Amino acid sequence: MRKPMKKMLVTAAVALSALTAGVAAIAADAEEHPPHRHWHFQGPFGTYDRAAAQRGYQVYAEVCAACHSLQLLAYRNLEELGLTENQVKGLIKDIQIPDLNDDGQPIERPARPSDRFKRPFPNEAAAAAANNGKAPPDLSVIVKAREGGPDYIYGILTGYVPYDKLTPEQIKAFSVTKDDNFNKYFPGHKIGMPPPLGDDKVTYADGTKATTDQEASDVVEFLAWASEPHMEARKRTGVRVILFLLAMAGFLYAVKRMVWADKH
Amino acid sequence: MASSHGTPPVFNNKVIAWIDHRLPIFSYIEKEYHTFPTPRNFNYFWNFGAIATVMLVLMIVTGIVLATNYTPHVTMAFDSVERIMRDVPSGWLIRYLHMTGASFFFIAVYIHIFRGMYYGSYKAPRELLWILGVIILLLMMATAFMGYVLPWGQMSFWGATVITSLFGAIPVVGDSIVTWLWGGFAIDNPTLNRFFALHYLLPFVIVAVVALHVVALHVHGSNNPLGIDPKGPQDTVPFHPYYTMKDGFGVAVFLIIYAGFAFFAPDSLGDPANYIPANPLVTPTHIVPEWYFLPFYAILRAVPDKLGGVLAMFGSIGVLFILPWLDTSRVRSCTFRPIYKWFMLVLVIDVFVLGYCGANPPEGYFVPLSQVATLYYFFHFLILLPVLGKIERPLPLPPSIADAVLKKKAG
Repeated sequence: MRKPMKKMLVTAAVALSALTAGVAAIAADAEEHPPHRHWHFQGPFGTYDRAAAQRGYQVYAEVCAACHSLQLLAYRNLEELGLTENQVKGLIKDIQIPDLNDDGQPIERPARPSDRFKRPFPNEAAAAAANNGKAPPDLSVIVKAREGGPDYIYGILTGYVPYDKLTPEQIKAFSVTKDDNFNKYFPGHKIGMPPPLGDDKVTYADGTKATTDQEASDVVEFLAWASEPHMEARKRTGVRVILFLLAMAGFLYAVKRMVWADKH
Repeated sequence: MASSHGTPPVFNNKVIAWIDHRLPIFSYIEKEYHTFPTPRNFNYFWNFGAIATVMLVLMIVTGIVLATNYTPHVTMAFDSVERIMRDVPSGWLIRYLHMTGASFFFIAVYIHIFRGMYYGSYKAPRELLWILGVIILLLMMATAFMGYVLPWGQMSFWGATVITSLFGAIPVVGDSIVTWLWGGFAIDNPTLNRFFALHYLLPFVIVAVVALHVVALHVHGSNNPLGIDPKGPQDTVPFHPYYTMKDGFGVAVFLIIYAGFAFFAPDSLGDPANYIPANPLVTPTHIVPEWYFLPFYAILRAVPDKLGGVLAMFGSIGVLFILPWLDTSRVRSCTFRPIYKWFMLVLVIDVFVLGYCGANPPEGYFVPLSQVATLYYFFHFLILLPVLGKIERPLPLPPSIADAVLKKKAG
């Protein structure tokens, strides 16, 4: 009885592994993925690059904020990037926030650090109406909300291909017209957002040269922080917790060995 | 086994003696967790019951704290979770522990189930113990599914849509049942509200069934890697300190891996799309459940017919209820089943293949692959297991646990 069984088993195992191998080969195909970049906040000890994130805020405020909200953040949160309260107040001094006065009448007043980031449009319908029918996504957790995270956001910001640089095959395959924005990394390639960044789109106060790549990597650093402001605390706590658990496991192992010494 | 517990303990502390005379909780703990005779030959697979218990407690504690800060309303749920992540002191910690904890609870329970299957722990006289375990698994699945809906992200909403719609496959009353589940004609605030209520309730039902599971366990005691019954005191050790210490060590090691994920890759086990607020007008390209449901999701989609798929999916768990009677072998442990132990391994591979299919869109090669894997899954339980028990020639069993342990030590 055992021989045919073994044969069956081997056949089953071979069939299964062949199938899995075939599937893995298919899964590895197609679509261009944004290249992997090194980010300051990666790895078990990575932290946010404060200078880059502050520059990134500038890019957000001067470029992205025209269309994208960041509604889960308050201006006071910027202090976590190393700014003082007065610096934050300085940054927001020209921003007017809609509010109600004591008589219940709608007014605009200067922004306070406790205010949430001002939304560029009063509501989603207005945002959609101003942007060809589709509201630009809120950016508060955008780095966590996309496959590929920071690499993907960076890829989108730098992945535009002008119409005259496209191959005839690309134009045909994705039916691109002169009015479309073609992005290498966007699923389907036609993206509503026109290329947002360009060389010297902003002027950095710290003298950093504002190339498109620099702006993109700075704003990704800022948005990564916005998506998870407590990441550094998480990693710091994690190191302590794991060191504690390692010590506890070692201690318990020693006790277990002692207890079992007479039984093995 | 139960009869060998010995004389009731005497408590020197007067308060404890007074209480115990009226409510014998101390006697109970003494009997069931101290002197309780436990086979001396457990391997580390036997840690996972204790590990699962620790995870259950951890999930309930973190869950209660989260519930005090969460708002079950369609317009506020997503933001309230983000508020926990950003503004509630240590809220990020509690939420990551809970979110990652769900995955690690399933990891512990799946390994626990594998151990039960490999060593034949479901066989007489432990059938009810096993069935209670399958009920716990079902309750966990329901709880995890509803918990995943609460952050009200895209996968929450669309996962809920897919799973609740399954009940629509039931003939005649299907649509009425779906409306009843939703609390309306679409997934909306009533759905979220009831899922929150049930997500809070079910863990305590799980605790109750776990209690029954433990009571049933303590009637005949634990199975062991040899699958033979202890024949006397030389085959067992008291539960404490031998297994309290061994479980403690196992729990600590498990927690290290869990903490590694919770603190250094908390989002790696989830879908990024759940950080996009739920939008009933935009369907995600691929709707995928959490990883621990993927094999069942693959079975659901492997059957071309909707009702058939639903039946197959529920059947894949249902078949576990009758596992004790499908297995016709006299021998419990795979250690002594030279053929079946390899088929156990093939079943594990099959479940991983199903999981892989479940994670990918149902097109191209994934369709036949998931169908073959689904057929194999049922073939294993419904045909292979009953037949193999009759024709397989098991290896000779050792005369006793002590004999096997001491021989191994000598050799």
